[in-house]
Amino acid sequence: MASILTQNLLSPIALAFALGVFAKLVRSELQLPKDVYTGISIYLLLALGLHGGAELAHASLASIAWPALVTVLLGLITPVTSYLVLRRIGRFGVQDAAGIAAHYGSVSAVTFIAAQQFTQAMGASPEAFMPTLLTLLESPGIHLALAIGAVNAGASGRPLGETLHEVLTGRTMILLVGGLVVGFAMGDKNWQGIAAFFDTQGAAFKGALVIFLLEMGIVAGSRLADLAKAGPFLLAFGTVMPVLHGALGAALGSLAGLGVGGATVLAAMAASASYIAAPPAVRLTLPEANPTYYLTSALAITFPFNILAGIPLYFEIATLMQGA
Amino acid sequence: MHTVPLKLVTIVAEPVLEEQLTALLHRLGARGHTVTDSRGAGSRGMRASDPPGGGVRIEVVVGPDVADRILAHVAEHYFPTYAVIAFVSIVEVVRGEKYV
Repeated sequence: MASILTQNLLSPIALAFALGVFAKLVRSELQLPKDVYTGISIYLLLALGLHGGAELAHASLASIAWPALVTVLLGLITPVTSYLVLRRIGRFGVQDAAGIAAHYGSVSAVTFIAAQQFTQAMGASPEAFMPTLLTLLESPGIHLALAIGAVNAGASGRPLGETLHEVLTGRTMILLVGGLVVGFAMGDKNWQGIAAFFDTQGAAFKGALVIFLLEMGIVAGSRLADLAKAGPFLLAFGTVMPVLHGALGAALGSLAGLGVGGATVLAAMAASASYIAAPPAVRLTLPEANPTYYLTSALAITFPFNILAGIPLYFEIATLMQGA
Repeated sequence: MHTVPLKLVTIVAEPVLEEQLTALLHRLGARGHTVTDSRGAGSRGMRASDPPGGGVRIEVVVGPDVADRILAHVAEHYFPTYAVIAFVSIVEVVRGEKYV
């Protein structure tokens, strides 16, 4: 375990993230221009979709059915467990608990990518259809948590239907789902023409990912001051909950027939907290939920935890479960 | 040049509200609006935007009645829960009929 952890900490992804945090800690003026950040995130998501779609063309419907089912199941379980723990143990109000649960019910695409890169590096390639599973996990958790919040709080900032439209037509979903369809439709020959640029195991993708993680480090670093406001409970929640959800993801993934690589990636998906699709959806639907709580726990606690320690841990758990 | 006094309503808000607020302005009688990205800090701190931070500055030139309606609506529906400020200034515009 220790050697895997070290190996992960010395990966370009983890080191770039650490550099970003460091830059913020020493109050460097370094930051990615907003348009560059947006551009890279579009590239990463589109590449993920295109490559996933191209590989999906080789997968059989039978092999993906069970993994898809457990993914949707995870999307329905994780927001509820998060909500209950936050309400019962954390003593959070309805809107705050539902707001945080919406983030933990959804998925962080960058954590997904980091898990994919890690398992590849460990020689346990995840199944080719994993990006398809990613699209299944993006939306249900957010809506379930928002619905819990809206129903229990009695009032809501705006109708859930508008939120549904916003998440389903957001950048992440259009690029991922659209990329999958385009990648699937174009066929192998066309994919080969653009693979040098969009291959998620290629140099272009990995290089862009390093720059993106640098910015993620800066963003997370700028939230560190808010850790005190978030309090010790959220610090514990942001690290323990991912491990529980990760173990559940690894178990369900293994049951559904995924290999160690796939089960690890699914675990990382279940363990991760969304910070692109969820924040605006929560802000508009549950306006009384405090953004400091959900942004700090998703960005400054859970994201770094997963990138630095969580993913190798899920890999160990999946390996143990499958007796490999 | 002949100018007409009108009201310039300025709303500085978290970016997530841009669509709702601009739709609101037109519903309450505005004929156009301008949105600019902004930076800053206030009593509420965090913004739920991607990437986090920043805000939008929405400006609109309207007659006094519409300005009142906008301020009243923003005060009732947005001040309690969102990072929003709004204020009115008097401006002298040419082509006054364009705005009301």
